[in-house]
Amino acid sequence: MTRGRRWRVVVLALAALYFLIPLIASAEFSLRAPGGGYGVANYTRIAEDPVLLSALFTSLRIAVLTAVVVLLLVVPTAVWVRLRFPSLAAVLESATILPIVIPPVVMAAGIAFVQANLGGPVFRALFDSSTSALTPFYVILALPFAYRAVDNGLAAIPLRTLVEAARNLGAGMTTALVRVVLPAVRSAVLGAAFLTLALVLGEIVIARILLYTDTFPIAVVEVGRSAAGVSVALSLASLLLTWVLLLAVSFVGSRRRRSSRSRPSAPRRNP
Amino acid sequence: MTSLLDTPTAAPDAPAARPERRWCAALGLLPFALYFLVFLGGPLYFVISGAFTDADGLPTVGNLVASLTSPQYLLAFRQSLVLSAVTAVIGAVFGTFLAQAVLTARPRSPLRRIVSTASGVLAYFGGVPLAFAFIAALGQTGLATAWLRSAGLDLYASGFRIDSLAGLALTYVYFQIPLMVILITPALEGLLPQWREAAENLGASAWSYWRLVALPVLAPAFAGATLVLFGNAFAAYATALALTSGSIPLVPTAIASALSGNVLVGQANVGLALGLDMVVVIAVVMVAYLWLQRRAARWSRR
Repeated sequence: MTRGRRWRVVVLALAALYFLIPLIASAEFSLRAPGGGYGVANYTRIAEDPVLLSALFTSLRIAVLTAVVVLLLVVPTAVWVRLRFPSLAAVLESATILPIVIPPVVMAAGIAFVQANLGGPVFRALFDSSTSALTPFYVILALPFAYRAVDNGLAAIPLRTLVEAARNLGAGMTTALVRVVLPAVRSAVLGAAFLTLALVLGEIVIARILLYTDTFPIAVVEVGRSAAGVSVALSLASLLLTWVLLLAVSFVGSRRRRSSRSRPSAPRRNP
Repeated sequence: MTSLLDTPTAAPDAPAARPERRWCAALGLLPFALYFLVFLGGPLYFVISGAFTDADGLPTVGNLVASLTSPQYLLAFRQSLVLSAVTAVIGAVFGTFLAQAVLTARPRSPLRRIVSTASGVLAYFGGVPLAFAFIAALGQTGLATAWLRSAGLDLYASGFRIDSLAGLALTYVYFQIPLMVILITPALEGLLPQWREAAENLGASAWSYWRLVALPVLAPAFAGATLVLFGNAFAAYATALALTSGSIPLVPTAIASALSGNVLVGQANVGLALGLDMVVVIAVVMVAYLWLQRRAARWSRR
């Protein structure tokens, strides 16, 4: 046992070194003041810079829209697959890993081709603004982990019992979904939403190739050419903010579950 | 909770739907399938069709030939493949050790939560913050560079640059390890304690338990996850874009510059052909992954 423990400590210490040093260095770098010494000027820059500020709002709008579309697609589908098509679960699991490995640059290349060569009212409306053009494709990028997160949430609740009870009490399928299932998996849903936020705040490839340069991550990279400290400060802030949100969801979600269910969920087995 | 680390188990209940209602029920899957088809299939269709047409819209294989024979693209492919393979193997090995070290902690311990949520953020953030974090740490004036210099190791004097292939690999590992933790944790959780107990009762040491029982069971899942890591690094571009502004020849860099007409006017279709090459590489990787996944599932279907 002691040998096992020592091995664990070494691995965790190495991981802590590798993962913390860049973050600590970012914090130090972002707090450097131009004339020497330290200050928070790099962090307050976002309040004074109208370009950065409007880029942040654009990206937050895209993030919210993306999260809404993702959840509208994922929650009903994941519930439906668990209730009606358990045999399809493995297929969907594989399908949802696809966008992780479909290169965003290839997606962007295909979209850029449409943008350059096809006209018509549908495409004009699609490519009208960064919000309308980027949201549909960010949804694709966000689907894999959103599906996994929601599906894991559904695995932890007695889904069939809940839905059947709701329907026996006269609820329609939509009501059962919105008023019974959704509250039961709300922490998984919130987690999926915050990961979508992380994705939108970090995506530059599609936006850059399609020339929608008014999004937050692009603005962060651009400002880095003249003021690297601002870029480091803003990216560190967005990374930590997302992580704190996810951590909070993780704690709140489990506290609720522990109080409402006496028995910890045992691993399920097929009959 | 965001249980990215938990095993997605198959639904426990048997399908109750009557056969004639299954077709109606299948309509419920239509929105999801259609969305995938339009917004993922659409761009892919135009990549493939564009790769096989020339600038005047006539069918040709010239783009494909150019994308596979010009020295600059061959170099980009070689660099991308090496970068992806190296970071996938490093990320897979360290990620597995980290996942196992974390799994020995209690399920609700802060360590499990911190690693599980941080893995999600780091694996999916896309790389821009990571690029800046590494510039802050290992750039010319970075904190780690300064520490190493005061410890007597001058990185930049010995030829290291953060915007080189080695610097890029170091940065990629930063999101490869978290992704490996996410992918391999379910398989590690699938190693039943009974197996270890049985092995120990039969006189096996910890080493022979791992060598003869655990590693053979884990092998397909480990190989499959390594392939996903490879695909992930091969597809990644945001980090390289933010870190190097496209100075290192990688396939995504080549595609982006061909599309923007930086190289030659009329190269857009060659860019699409390069995209097709990339998709083919990824497709091969995914087929191997799915095959390995099926083998890995043998042990989880208990």
